[in-house]
Amino acid sequence: MSHDHSLNPETMPHNPEKATLEGKNKFLGLWFFLGGETVLFASLFGTYLALKNSTAGGPSSEELFGLELVFIMTMLLLTSSLTSVYAMYHMKNNDFKKMQLWLGITGLLGLAFLSLEIYEFYHYIHEYGFTFRSSAFGSAFYTLVGFHGGHVLFGLCWLTAIMVRNAKRGLNLYNAPKFNTFSLYWHFIDVVWVFIFTVVYLMGKVG
Amino acid sequence: MSIATQNKGFAAVLWDYLTTVDHKKIGKLYLYAGGLFFLLGGLEAMIIRIQLIEPENDFITAGLYNEMITMHGTTMIFLAAMPLLLGLMNAIMPLQIGARDVAFPFLNSLGFWMFLFGGIMLNVSWFTGGAPDAGWTAYSPLSTTSPGHGVDYYIMGLQLSGAGTLMGGINFLVTIVNMRAPGMTYMRMPLFTWTTFVISVLILFAFPALTVGLFLLMFDRMFGAAFFDVALGGNSIIWQHIFWIFGHPEVYILVLPAFGIFSDIFSTFSKKRLFGYTAMVFATVLIAFLGFMVWAHHMFTVGMGPVANSIFAIATMAIAVPTGIKIFNWLLTLWGGQITINSAMLWALGFIPTFTLGGMTGVMVAASVADYQYHDTYFVVAHFHYVIVGGVVFGILAGCHYWWPKIFGRILHEGMGKLTFWTFFIGFHLTFFIQHFLGLMGMPRRYWVFLEDQGLDTGNFISTIGAFFMAFGVIVFLINAIYTAIKGEKAPADPWGGRTLEWAIASPPPYYNFKQLPLVRGLDPLWIEKVEGKGKMTPAEPLGDVHMPNGSFIPFVMSLGFFIASFGFIYHATHDVAYLFLFGGMAIGLGSMLVRSLKDDHGYHITKEELEREAD
Amino acid sequence: MLGWMGKFRALFLLSSLALVLSGCGKENLTALVPKGYGAESSLDLIILTTVIMLFVFAVVMVIYVIALVRFRKKKGQEDYIPKQVEGNHTLETIWTVIPILLLIIIAVPTVIATFDLADDAGAEDAINVNVTGNQYWWHFDYAGEEIQTSQDLYIPVGERVYLNMLSSDVIHSLWVPSLSGKMDVNPENENTMYIEAYEEGVYWGKCAEFCGPSHSLMDFKVVVVSPEEYEEWVADMQNVDPEEPADSEIVEDGQQLFEENNCMACHAIGSSPVATGPNLTNFGDRSRLAGIEDLSKDNLVKWLKNPELIKPGNKMTGKYPTLSDEDADKLADYLLQLQPSDITPDSAGN
Repeated sequence: MSHDHSLNPETMPHNPEKATLEGKNKFLGLWFFLGGETVLFASLFGTYLALKNSTAGGPSSEELFGLELVFIMTMLLLTSSLTSVYAMYHMKNNDFKKMQLWLGITGLLGLAFLSLEIYEFYHYIHEYGFTFRSSAFGSAFYTLVGFHGGHVLFGLCWLTAIMVRNAKRGLNLYNAPKFNTFSLYWHFIDVVWVFIFTVVYLMGKVG
Repeated sequence: MSIATQNKGFAAVLWDYLTTVDHKKIGKLYLYAGGLFFLLGGLEAMIIRIQLIEPENDFITAGLYNEMITMHGTTMIFLAAMPLLLGLMNAIMPLQIGARDVAFPFLNSLGFWMFLFGGIMLNVSWFTGGAPDAGWTAYSPLSTTSPGHGVDYYIMGLQLSGAGTLMGGINFLVTIVNMRAPGMTYMRMPLFTWTTFVISVLILFAFPALTVGLFLLMFDRMFGAAFFDVALGGNSIIWQHIFWIFGHPEVYILVLPAFGIFSDIFSTFSKKRLFGYTAMVFATVLIAFLGFMVWAHHMFTVGMGPVANSIFAIATMAIAVPTGIKIFNWLLTLWGGQITINSAMLWALGFIPTFTLGGMTGVMVAASVADYQYHDTYFVVAHFHYVIVGGVVFGILAGCHYWWPKIFGRILHEGMGKLTFWTFFIGFHLTFFIQHFLGLMGMPRRYWVFLEDQGLDTGNFISTIGAFFMAFGVIVFLINAIYTAIKGEKAPADPWGGRTLEWAIASPPPYYNFKQLPLVRGLDPLWIEKVEGKGKMTPAEPLGDVHMPNGSFIPFVMSLGFFIASFGFIYHATHDVAYLFLFGGMAIGLGSMLVRSLKDDHGYHITKEELEREAD
Repeated sequence: MLGWMGKFRALFLLSSLALVLSGCGKENLTALVPKGYGAESSLDLIILTTVIMLFVFAVVMVIYVIALVRFRKKKGQEDYIPKQVEGNHTLETIWTVIPILLLIIIAVPTVIATFDLADDAGAEDAINVNVTGNQYWWHFDYAGEEIQTSQDLYIPVGERVYLNMLSSDVIHSLWVPSLSGKMDVNPENENTMYIEAYEEGVYWGKCAEFCGPSHSLMDFKVVVVSPEEYEEWVADMQNVDPEEPADSEIVEDGQQLFEENNCMACHAIGSSPVATGPNLTNFGDRSRLAGIEDLSKDNLVKWLKNPELIKPGNKMTGKYPTLSDEDADKLADYLLQLQPSDITPDSAGN
């Protein structure tokens, strides 16, 4: 029983990401991991909510935030989640090229999001002197949003690595779970951003 | 195992362990490392007790004393109790569910090395200008303003080992969900496996809170953030909430596996099925669930107001109900049984009265107004030592005596085992019972000295004497372990008349565990086969090739990278060369991750022919 | 609190009295002999829970011992296989329901007492003291009275005194075991608790939240006096005039040294907002030096020359020039004569 044979069957099963035990384990393991990540972000949200009015004389959230930019960012990330769904759809149909294409679009959208976020931070620091160290609110804001940004960055590196690595050899039962777990992770990041958009930006601007 | 391995030189064995992904070897590594840290924590405890042997003693300075108590608590919880339990789980749990391996062997090994480097990190601080000194709870602003780098080591050390634990938790969860043998339904799993499962969920949901707390502390101390800086609008109480949202489930992470161990032992040595198995599983899950709702009972005196105090008081008391169910189920397991008392069973039997006392005082401290007196006194010190020593340490020692033959292939010496139990048991009660009264008589905890003429002399003296008994017991156990390794009696596959699957294979088990996966026909599968069948497990599959994972050196290198980077974080503000460590370490760590991701690792197969040869 | 609890308390007190008498537990320090409202509330609950829990423990132990004696493996029955019992619904229901009932018996008075002790409705008309916790000493500012003092808190017997507590540095916790349970003193979020003493006397207070190297040396006293004596003490304290010209050589030398060494930058004498260091208005009346040592001249000279030897990590060390033996001696004489009132810990029975 050679690995090449077992991992590259003549006809790919319908759910290649869950066809092997390793694949099933990866799938479930990532779900559990995301459960832990939920607590991580919940703790950060809790901290942020406790400190969001502790501006220590610095600018408040109403003065800082502009919803236009954040709305564009939200759209970018939501769209990238959708494109990663397309990618997974093509993976299940064993269409490697289309999967790569849609994953590429996902990555570019993520990159655009990240660039806007960096611009946003730059703007706050240079226009308002609002930094990580200026108040408890500043620390909490940059930590929460920055943790999310860090997750996006990690996701982009991950995506690049698996796309480049598998560019030449196509889809098989060994790497299908890897693409699938990435996609799950990317959805999670998206969901977290929806909460950030609501709790940090909308509530910060209105509430 | 095959003969080839026995002729290996030292270097080969070392390399084998550095690269192993075998859950049984990782289990042993956890036991060795956890044991070492347990001795270190014990030494710190002895120094604390010697300092408190008489009023206004000056055996050690105030600063050093604070480092001792901080390191004693941190070491015992994170570096001794956790890894020792993780060691037993690694070594035994996959066998109990009839699995050949864990779900993520690589992650499992990474978890161990992260924990070990985290533990080393913490203890390096002794040699670099002082250990952490803000207590194991590291309350801000004491921890954020503590001078020197001690607390920085606490942050980085716990961050590393915490990440390792989280990986271990996820690994166990997926293993139990996906890799049970045919017929091993959830409600046929041994209690030790059940508790492993439940505490893995707790690890998953509790440790990220610690991760966040440590990050906040790290940002405040190393990068000038203001989370806990009142002058910039910070709030010191946030730390307490985050710490205990992690910290209270952590108590159950420690004690539930011990419950699992005792359940297996009571059942085996009473020759009876565990009484009320379903209720036991239900109680375990309920305790875990409630464990997340009660964190603020550590904070009754913080000033949360009467509403919060009342709610958390009642929620805490509620935990006594499932815990009580467990105690009575154990008693009823003994009732009507055929009780064998050996050293493993002695620890389990010693646990019942000890832990009941700890549970009693648990209800007492849950009554918020009474807690206004107990809180932060020796009463609380006594309470949690009754729970953590009486529950967890007794559990670990019981588990060691019970599973030693399975893990190491030799049976611990019975006489020395009993001597260890009796000296440790008596010493324990001598040390801690009196501390309930010391607390009520006005002795707060974490006191470097107590003053003369406050009526606290006798109690403290007795307590210190008791500590020496405990130390003696531990030394005897150590001698026992060494003696057993050299001259101990070789263990058969099933030395105790076991009931669960781990006793169906050789001691120690072959590296592939089960040649053929067993068919499980009910709770206590081996017992069922002994009573109703052929006396051994029926295979659930024909003999075939067995897929095994490759060993890997990457987990060690990755952990080493993050270990190096931690020094960079600690010293970056004061030493430029630290950036070299920071970026170099991160490059090694993340680079290893990339290598792991890019390099295909399909594992290898043991062929059917090889397996057939092994049998002879 | 509850009527029928009286008997239990008497029984419990009797046994704890035996402990106290046998040399364990010092009066006015131990929580087992309450002399104030809060301590009494706590002890009532402590007794109630102990009694109920001892009952549970007894039940467990009886079953445990019987099981061990009856069902231990006997010679000649090695092959006996016990009946494999799955469980018993009746039994399991019993040991689920009874603990719930017992816990309700505990929970109800707990909640009542929790709300009772948190009740600060009477605070406005009562004596209010603003307490500041510092590494490693306590500052007491009598609201509206223009009295500041440190280390010794004077209160009248039988009255509720409200303490509004904040910390100037790390978290502390104020605990006078014989009078009341503890409450944390945080750097933010002022906490309020009240104490009400039943008997005159001097009570030991302790810091109960880990606060640094000298955490164990952060003792203070609560001096409980009669209402008349309290009035007298208040008047005496208000009469202190730090500007008053020196009437003796000791005072003159002392004042000069106090000024030369810039002691007043941290320490005030008389009513003053300066509270970087303890207020010294009634230093000569203190029950203890630095909260822990006997208030003798020898100890005070030792402290002035190097406070680090007495309280490691204190904030005074190194803040002033090294004192010569002679200067330290003079300064000690000056400080020890700061005795504005006849109402002192000694007069209260220290």
